Amino acid sequence: MKKMKLVMVGNGMAGVRTLEELLKIAPDLYEITVFGAEPHPNYNRILLSPVLAGEQTIDEIILNPLSWYAENGITLHAGKKVVDIDRVKRVVRADDGTEAEYDRLLIATGSKPFILPVPGKDLDGVIAYRDIADTNTMIEAAARYQHAVVIGGGLLGLEAANGLMLRGMQVTVVHIMPWLMERQLDDVAGKLLQKSLEDRGLKFLIGAQTQELVGDKDGRVMAVRFKDGQEIPADLVVMAAGIRPNTELAEKIGIHCNRGIVVTDTMQTVTDPRVYSVGECAAHRGIAYGLVAPLFEQGKVCATHLAQFGIGRYTGSQTSTKLKVTGIDLFSAGNFMGGKDHEEIVMSDPYGGVYKKLVIKDDKLVGACLYGDTVDGSWYFKLLREGRSIGDLRDKLMFGEAGAGIGDVGHEGHTRAAAMPDDAEVCGCNGVNKGTICKAIKEKGLFTLEEVKKHTKASASCGSCTGLVEQILMFTAGGDYSKAPTKKAMCGCTDASHQETREAIKAEHLLTIDSVYKRLGWRTPNGCSTCRPAINYYLISSWPKEARDDPQSRFINERSHANIQKDGSYSVIPRMWGGETTADELRRIADAVDKYKIPTVKVTGGQRIDLLGVKKEDLQAVWKDIGMPSGHAYAKALRTVKTCVGSEWCRFGTQDSTQMGKDLERAMWRMYAPHKVKFAVSGCPRNCAEAGIKDVGIIGVDSGWEMYVAGNGGIKTEVAHFFVKLKTAEEVLEYTGAFCQLYREEGWYLERTVHYVGRVGLDYVKKKILDDAAGRKALWERLQFSLDGEPDPWFEFDKAAVDTRQFAPLGASA
Amino acid sequence: MSDWKPICRVDEIPVLGARRVARDGAVAVAVFRNADDKVFALLDRCPHKGGPLSQGIVFGESVACPLHNWTIGLADGCAKAPDEGCTPAFACKVEGGEVFLDAGELAGKALDLPAPVAGPKLKTAA
Repeated sequence: MKKMKLVMVGNGMAGVRTLEELLKIAPDLYEITVFGAEPHPNYNRILLSPVLAGEQTIDEIILNPLSWYAENGITLHAGKKVVDIDRVKRVVRADDGTEAEYDRLLIATGSKPFILPVPGKDLDGVIAYRDIADTNTMIEAAARYQHAVVIGGGLLGLEAANGLMLRGMQVTVVHIMPWLMERQLDDVAGKLLQKSLEDRGLKFLIGAQTQELVGDKDGRVMAVRFKDGQEIPADLVVMAAGIRPNTELAEKIGIHCNRGIVVTDTMQTVTDPRVYSVGECAAHRGIAYGLVAPLFEQGKVCATHLAQFGIGRYTGSQTSTKLKVTGIDLFSAGNFMGGKDHEEIVMSDPYGGVYKKLVIKDDKLVGACLYGDTVDGSWYFKLLREGRSIGDLRDKLMFGEAGAGIGDVGHEGHTRAAAMPDDAEVCGCNGVNKGTICKAIKEKGLFTLEEVKKHTKASASCGSCTGLVEQILMFTAGGDYSKAPTKKAMCGCTDASHQETREAIKAEHLLTIDSVYKRLGWRTPNGCSTCRPAINYYLISSWPKEARDDPQSRFINERSHANIQKDGSYSVIPRMWGGETTADELRRIADAVDKYKIPTVKVTGGQRIDLLGVKKEDLQAVWKDIGMPSGHAYAKALRTVKTCVGSEWCRFGTQDSTQMGKDLERAMWRMYAPHKVKFAVSGCPRNCAEAGIKDVGIIGVDSGWEMYVAGNGGIKTEVAHFFVKLKTAEEVLEYTGAFCQLYREEGWYLERTVHYVGRVGLDYVKKKILDDAAGRKALWERLQFSLDGEPDPWFEFDKAAVDTRQFAPLGASA
Repeated sequence: MSDWKPICRVDEIPVLGARRVARDGAVAVAVFRNADDKVFALLDRCPHKGGPLSQGIVFGESVACPLHNWTIGLADGCAKAPDEGCTPAFACKVEGGEVFLDAGELAGKALDLPAPVAGPKLKTAA
């Protein structure tokens, strides 16, 4: 079949992105020809500012090298400007006479800078700031001249001014409006920005109206004169007073334009359905977007239509803004100015250079303007786009995502990345969310920022999310993220990851360690001390009652059911349900301490009694004499349920926390898990059981129970997330059990709940347990099935596969 | 001539496991059995901090110390790089399913190497 012909006019970011999307879904449908007025392949126009500032080079901002066009069979006419199109014969003609026929035409001519219509605008040294040529002109001028004037104190103007200043020029920014970046910032933030740029050495003339550019005898600009008669020296004038959609060609060929080429939701022009338009030249529902994210969304929609899938509608975008001036953090989105019927929450610390304004209407966040501290920008943007009611968050909204208690998982700078749900957008330019990045990192074994950029496009456009992507990389790939091995394998015995191993065991019903080795190609005959315990756990947790526990693949503590100490002796911690004991139990413990000469007796952090220094050969006898169940204090399993006294005794208690703790412990003891699991139950919000740092923390309140998950009191103190409010003790059991079972089924070996939840996202866990009642009940039932009839390893040796020979040394006399 | 002393039958040692041979006044000897039914004997004392190697996870011809996960070669008693150090290896043979150690070594080898100490003894020891 003969291929259809697609011609694209314009070789910029929006257009080429459309082609990339098209090639992904219909690689062989078209013979593609591209005309570009600039003599370059597609480059990242957003990064001209870092190039100007000397932070990057032109080569580094090329997005699609010439080889990309060749590899995809695209004919590129770079440096050829299209001057005419015959829509009847369907032929495109360039200024050098090159012609190309089309079946479909894509106009992506972008925008043109707005040049102030003042005398002297055509002098030498007066330029716009739009492309590589302009950037090079500025770089050359900075090497030869001293005074630069930038007309326009918007995003582009300030980036140009900053770049010229960094290249050694004295720069004055002329801005006709009362404050800088008035389309992105309110007056307070605008003035903070001005102050901070002044501190760096920029000069500003705010409210000044340019009357004339004054030239010297050689026809080069030498000064700028204002309406009030003031005149300042200028060897270079950069016009950055805004952009206009470049509709020249479209208008010439009779395509309807109105502040842009008017397109429908399918990105087709209203005049000619064979002709599409995307990017800054297109006007969709009256708006011509100037930011990259909406343009890429348009590209995606356009590509599906070109591919004849006919799916997808572009319905407009919400936009947010960040300034790419290194060291200045600002963010704005939505209606940040507020107005009638709008409420504002404002935090202002001008001395500290921090300002935050949130605009709320009808209980929803509709706008945000942040200066100085923008870490929560993407969270606010998410709330804004979701249009969710912020009633429950309102009093904490100003303190950001962490402050609102939605993701406080600790330290090391990866607080935010860890707390972000999978569907949260990380890269606003390319629409890449956390889940996509995590998935690519894991599946493709990505370990460097460059690789993530390459595979996901995250942070490949404006780069302002680079920090966040790095956080995610660090958090997902672990401490190795910069070392760039090819993949995060479980250990040196294999290339398989924990996830791959889990999935294979589940999908292929593997029941033995050997079958796992065989299926996944282990390089060692019997693994190692890293992979074998993990596989053993995956087997018994995936196939309870089917897979057989292998004690030789367990760490010594889980083989001897006691905790090995530095001298090779063991500790014994009997189970005391909910931390309650009796005189009888204490007497038996005391007698055992005397009888077996146990050197140390200590109360643990989890409210249990620890007998330290028990000889291995005495373990069985000590268990028997004490006559209490195993406390599993040695195992990757449910350890203790810490409780406060609760309503039975405490004058403040609202709920019977001790009974709740006992019930939880009886329901879930003997529960092996990827790592140790600790619960706590407090009977009132005073929270004496410290439930906020447990895997599951339950806090009694007058009307029921609050459940918190994924806290940690270890190396990193991490506060548990509020999960759900429950009414009854039965619900507490069911929800706690379901959460534990989800973790048991999906957690990686030695991954605590805090890391598991950080990895999959709290929203995911909520979806599985809170939103899916049947799924929750099924999880809880699977846990009960797993635990039903599980032996107490201190008494049921055979059933628990305890090799009792280990307790008897071989006598040398034997 | 070696004086071989019978210790136990091979099948009294768990596969990928170990047993301890107690010695009066000296650190025990650990006898290991790997997946190929090969038997090895080492002083039950990791060269790192004295951990009881008999309690470790056995794989290939190595054991992982239960205290800090050093990998010790079963044949020579030496730590795998990057760790360094060796624990004494003991002569050992299997005949007719029976494990033998050298009586002379049992009685006289590595008697001076101290057992690790913990608890209140730490304070009284010094």
